[in-house]
Amino acid sequence: MNWNAFERLVVALLAGAVFGFGLSLSGMINPARIIGFLDIASGQWDPSLMFVLCGAIIVAAPGVMLQRRMAKPILDARFHLPEKTEIDARLLGGSAIFGIGWGLAGFCPGPAISALSTGLTAVALFVCAMAAGMILHDRILTHRSHDLRG
Amino acid sequence: MFEQLYLPSLLGGLLLGLSAAILLVFNGRIVGVSSIVGRLLGGQIAPNIAFVVGLLAGPILYATAYGRPPVVMILASSPLVLASGLLVGVGTRMGSGCTSGHGILGVARLSKRSLAATATFLAAGVTAATVMGLLR
Repeated sequence: MNWNAFERLVVALLAGAVFGFGLSLSGMINPARIIGFLDIASGQWDPSLMFVLCGAIIVAAPGVMLQRRMAKPILDARFHLPEKTEIDARLLGGSAIFGIGWGLAGFCPGPAISALSTGLTAVALFVCAMAAGMILHDRILTHRSHDLRG
Repeated sequence: MFEQLYLPSLLGGLLLGLSAAILLVFNGRIVGVSSIVGRLLGGQIAPNIAFVVGLLAGPILYATAYGRPPVVMILASSPLVLASGLLVGVGTRMGSGCTSGHGILGVARLSKRSLAATATFLAAGVTAATVMGLLR
């Protein structure tokens, strides 16, 4: 492993820790809070997730502006950014399936993985099912859809 | 109300954005937890494992700083948690992202795909949670 690769590892560890701390501080790690935001007919709607998303974008946006002025990232030869631009059925269908799952239990991938460190069985159950869903998609569903398309 | 609930939410959000900015500017990568986990499951260990270790350390650091662990309360039953996990796993891979990659960085980049994905999963999430709430 060269020195830059080691530095990238340290940055990823740091970014993960800041992200996990932010999820804990914001309350987004708590599925009950997420449901409180997503359930709009409960009579006690909790708008705090709006503050989380706004806070995140306030800081991420200058990061993006800085990135656009850079030829390459500080520790790598090039940026690894999504190149697709078209809005297709897989994007919308996948996002709808994800949203339904999110609304059922109040967990999305980041908070669920982060909450594993609380040791709750239900969190482990969710993460195992999520990993199974990802493997199911990546190894079986995508291959089948490629076959269908020929 | 603001200081108890909304201020921590805003500050926590700022940290999520900071994490996204750090990973983008230094490593040239998107903070997308579903993609990071997907790559990990696909056998790309470094540096994805480092991010996941950091993610796990976050709540422990929080507990150390505040003297109490973050509240994690799951209202759903076990079968519902299982179904939810499967849907989140399949959906985030099919839709190429989740709340972090699309919802934070994608929106900050004003990516049309991410804006469409975020609107879709927010609408689907609101629908599912509201229907579940009415059934309870």
